[in-house]
Amino acid sequence: MLNHDILVVGGGLTGLRAAVGLCDRYNVGLVSKVYPVRSHSIAAQGGINAALTNNPDSRDDSWEKHTFDTIKGSDYLGDQNAIEIMCKEAIKIVYEMEHWGCPFSRFSDGTIAQRPFGGAGYPRTCYSADVTGHSLLNTLYERAVAKGVKIYPEWFVAALCIEDGQCHGIIAQDTHTGELIPVRSKCTFFGTGGYGRVYKHSTNALINTGSGIGMAYKAGVPLKDMEFVQFHPTTLVGTNILMTEGCRGEGGYLFNNQGERFMKRYAPSAMELAPRDIVARSIQTEINQGRGFEHPLGTYIQLDLRHLGENKIIERLPGIRSICIDFIGIDPVREPIPIMPSQHYSMGGIDVNERTASEIKGFYAGGECACVSVHGANRLGGNSLLETIVFGKLASIAIQEDLEKDNLKPNEKPLKMLKDAVLKKIERLTQPGGEKPYIISAELGAVMDEKVGIFRTHDEMSQALEKVIELKNRYKNVSVSSAIHYMNYELQSAIELEYMLDVAHAITLGAILRKESRGAHYRLEFTKRNDNDWLKHTIARMGDDGDPVLSYKDVVITRYQPMERKY
Amino acid sequence: MIRSSYFTFKILRYDAKNPSREPYFQSYHIKVLPGLTVLGVINRIRDEIDGSLAFRCSCRSAICGSCAMVINGKIDLACRTQVATFGSDTIILEPLPNFEVIRDLVVDMTPFWDMYEKIQPFLIRKSPDPEKEIYQSEEDRRKIDQFVNCILCACCYGACPVIADEPGYLGPAAAAKLERFVLDSRDERPAEALEQVNTPKGVWACDTVFRCIDACPKDVRPTDAIIGLRKALVKNRYNRILGLNKK
Repeated sequence: MLNHDILVVGGGLTGLRAAVGLCDRYNVGLVSKVYPVRSHSIAAQGGINAALTNNPDSRDDSWEKHTFDTIKGSDYLGDQNAIEIMCKEAIKIVYEMEHWGCPFSRFSDGTIAQRPFGGAGYPRTCYSADVTGHSLLNTLYERAVAKGVKIYPEWFVAALCIEDGQCHGIIAQDTHTGELIPVRSKCTFFGTGGYGRVYKHSTNALINTGSGIGMAYKAGVPLKDMEFVQFHPTTLVGTNILMTEGCRGEGGYLFNNQGERFMKRYAPSAMELAPRDIVARSIQTEINQGRGFEHPLGTYIQLDLRHLGENKIIERLPGIRSICIDFIGIDPVREPIPIMPSQHYSMGGIDVNERTASEIKGFYAGGECACVSVHGANRLGGNSLLETIVFGKLASIAIQEDLEKDNLKPNEKPLKMLKDAVLKKIERLTQPGGEKPYIISAELGAVMDEKVGIFRTHDEMSQALEKVIELKNRYKNVSVSSAIHYMNYELQSAIELEYMLDVAHAITLGAILRKESRGAHYRLEFTKRNDNDWLKHTIARMGDDGDPVLSYKDVVITRYQPMERKY
Repeated sequence: MIRSSYFTFKILRYDAKNPSREPYFQSYHIKVLPGLTVLGVINRIRDEIDGSLAFRCSCRSAICGSCAMVINGKIDLACRTQVATFGSDTIILEPLPNFEVIRDLVVDMTPFWDMYEKIQPFLIRKSPDPEKEIYQSEEDRRKIDQFVNCILCACCYGACPVIADEPGYLGPAAAAKLERFVLDSRDERPAEALEQVNTPKGVWACDTVFRCIDACPKDVRPTDAIIGLRKALVKNRYNRILGLNKK
């Protein structure tokens, strides 16, 4: 059994920032199923929002205006106290990352460059060309190396241990040896990322299974607002690789097959820079109504950058250009990019407060796996990188405060019992003769895409729910091809599949019950937002039978009363 | 219309935990769309045909650096390589050279990360941090452009002929990372910090045959870094002789 004061799970921006903030005073261990720099934070492109006022067009920007834009963008489901904290912290953490070496792009006066992004009143998105996540993650990893953070790379977490309202640690598997290792810790912090791979078409890395969310839920931590799934408007047709919102921030246009900049019909003033939920629905409507372009890999809309000119594309969007050349053989300098919407981000997640604390003593979560909520029903571009670092930092402060106050004594016994349970599960999964796990995950992805997507109806979602329940039953008879425990990626996927099914169940049930349209959740039977009945967070707990039990919780409103959302 | 066709994937298999079994090629026949990437295909092989096949992957969009391997004799990322590009229906996959194989296409990256950590891969400052950002001109930012793009995939390390003969060699990626900080106008590391690469196994070991540049999937030129570091070391030496080094 390994022991740490604090155990961080996840080597992305949130986990690294939490570990960097705590390692001077405590014995911290960071477990990551991949080398930290392989984490999905690396793939963020466009930038990180902070009201620095560096852009000549943003001189009278402020953290208060950033707060308002975020609240409005959230369709008023975000908790306003938490959003205020995040937007205020934004300025400090961008400077901090810069001081730690982040290679931000620069304006001619030497300040950090800022570009316009969707749903924002001012150009406040700080960027490092179009690889901002890559630059930030490398910088934080460099910081972690400088501070000597103890990292366990390629350790896979199989289960979270909670008993008697307290978290005791985790059961990890060293991928290289296959050995199961209980890790006991006073405080456990999850920065395990989103669940994009529950959907078939997603911009997310293949590692984004949402297993962290699922294992917290199974261990007894409630989830919040799981029905709010962000679909990014512009992903490459076929592979669904992200084409950053920065393409439109730099001035890119969207065209249908009539040669029309159709956004003028949906968001006449913001046009292409309306928030993501609105642009994604507009694109999907154009496609559904026959104004898309046909391609063997799917129907698409054009994202046209040609008028920006070769120099601007090479300087500001070099990553986008090379992705287009490598993956679809198109140079955006000469041809429009074929795009379609697809799953991108999970607004919902593990229910935590603005200190990243859950209702379980000793268990905390931040970043995409968590739901504070700062994104409410729809996240603005540039706010996810922001959330990861801000709440990684706030977690380090909160955990230190709590450890000073409370002498937590995690127990070995529940960890040993949980280790036996995981071992038993592995034995079952390695019995030959069952169904292959990929069949179940492929069917899950397809049904979530088709029936719990951008436009939702009661009937389709009920069919999806039935399918998820069927897949959960079939999961009991899944088996992998090799009984070896080490370097057995199929086995790890099979363990994660259980959590993915639970996550999908919570998303679907939450979506069926929410009879309104708000942000990314759009119901064809209830096309309006309904604040009287639904200005509240959905809370999902796993019931004794493994099904979600839903309840609701008030939204925190401080200064901004809900208004109609127009762009 | 794109039609799917059969491909043969020959994959070099080995398990370091079972060393009595020599490495061997295993063939898989699979029907795929030619638009699919090598990573897309091996994921399908693992899912549908052989769950025991070991390889690393994450982002599948050429930014995380997980899936470097040898594809029909060329080092590249499996995720950005289209199966159709070879004009052949047989594709041979081997693990990245210059590393110990753990299992199949998974290699032990420890020596790579050890070199990375050794060069102090972080911004070093002596001046107190300003309240706002440390100013940097667009021109100074441009100097580090190519080195900032390194994704630590180790394609260069696998391609380097010097590492093959000299296992303790610094390697191209670590040199590129060091140069990224040396060229950063904000970095204030002392001149002596470069001395650790001023060794026969450091920057002087490079034969400048540019294999690293050829192998890099992100257009980084590690040889530029090595030459830049050599120049800086020579300059430091003259400054030392002339007593010009600032303390």
